[in-house]
Amino acid sequence: MVRSGLLSARANGSCWCRCAAILVFSLAVGPAHAVDLPALTGRVVDQANVIPAANRSAIEGKLQELEDKSGIQLVVATVTSLQGNDIETFANQLFRHWKLGEANKNNGVLLLVAPKERKVRIEVGYGLEGTLTDALSNVIITGAIVPRFKTNDYAGGIERGVDGIISVLTTDAAEWQPRARLRTDDGPTVVRQVVPLLLLGLLIFIFRYMVGHARGGRGGWVGRGGRPMFIPVGGSPWRGGSSGSDWSGGGFSGGGFAGGGGSSGGGGASGSW
Amino acid sequence: MASTSRLRTLIAIICVGFSVAACGYNTIPTLEEQAKARWGDVQNQYQRRADLIPNLVATVQGYAKQEKEVLTAVIEARAKATQVKIDVSQLSDPDKLKQFQDAQNQLSGALGRLLAISENYPDLKSNANFLALQSQLEGTENRIAVARRDYIEAVRTFNTALRTFPTLIWAKTVFSGSKPMAEFTAGENAQSPPQVKF
Repeated sequence: MVRSGLLSARANGSCWCRCAAILVFSLAVGPAHAVDLPALTGRVVDQANVIPAANRSAIEGKLQELEDKSGIQLVVATVTSLQGNDIETFANQLFRHWKLGEANKNNGVLLLVAPKERKVRIEVGYGLEGTLTDALSNVIITGAIVPRFKTNDYAGGIERGVDGIISVLTTDAAEWQPRARLRTDDGPTVVRQVVPLLLLGLLIFIFRYMVGHARGGRGGWVGRGGRPMFIPVGGSPWRGGSSGSDWSGGGFSGGGFAGGGGSSGGGGASGSW
Repeated sequence: MASTSRLRTLIAIICVGFSVAACGYNTIPTLEEQAKARWGDVQNQYQRRADLIPNLVATVQGYAKQEKEVLTAVIEARAKATQVKIDVSQLSDPDKLKQFQDAQNQLSGALGRLLAISENYPDLKSNANFLALQSQLEGTENRIAVARRDYIEAVRTFNTALRTFPTLIWAKTVFSGSKPMAEFTAGENAQSPPQVKF
């Protein structure tokens, strides 16, 4: 009875906190939506309707493969209008709105095409600025994309642009991956020694905590025989520990496609035709 | 039994009250640090631009030696701009920020003239090194714009927190040392980086 009263008070507290967090979040996000940004419906968001279905699925396949291999989120977007903004501002806002790339790596790339304004931009996330540099982005735009856009071949230009971006990103990754492996080779030995010790310490701590409570005569923690139970039952304070499952780790929630929390600081290049 | 339950609920409510207060208490230092970090970004991007300039000048010099005046103007403006550094503790000083901005604007102007004269040299314009530097410079100008926008937004949030309830209470008492930060004044040159055309 007492315990359940305390628990409901706790639940109220966390609800309050969540409400406050949501309120703060919505306030913080609010002013950023001065322009009407399209929703992230997939890896190819063709608002301007310039990519035929066949090309679209081919491009989507390439983008999917890139993310499966490297974790890099590359998204293609065409928009009907930049709503009076320059493409740099619009691309940056869209990138941040969609949160492309993983939050801790910022490994997202956005290829934005505005056929009405005849502008194209490759917006690069913070984490990939060193790989897909401004100069390389510019080469892809002027060499692969713009010549095809000039002949109204939007799908072809986008496909070649995506190919160019992927080849830049993956050739460099091939150089980096061996280095990453080298680094992890000496890493895990320390981890392998320390982690079991920590786990053991934690187990001992939990065990002693529970035994202590059993001696204190509190219900809920001990079985009938007075032995400590390792699986906490409903109403135990330990349940708070599982609240981490609210957060989805990767860029996917459910079956749909979503950004992973990455951001961009305006890296990349723009072009026009 | 019922009274203990009520007592516990009361304690829980008080705890919630404290945690809400703690939220307000942490807001000011958090926002201040965020704004300072955004300023760090702004300064880094300007530094990045300054780092590109010696290469750019050297490349242009190879093709357009006679444009000495423009080239020295860029070098001088760069030297001046790199001298004006703002420590995060000086961010509440509008004069200091204006000084920084003026120096950077002067460099923007000199760079604009340098890029304008490069139009007259077809060999230079088709030089691969020059093209790469040009796109890097353009990218850096864009990063500067983004960093400035982020800084202005962070300062706006911080300054608002200093003047609104409930963070106002903490601003007037515990954090009375936290002064409003100066925003960029959008000067005539500030909003338009040197035009880089391809």
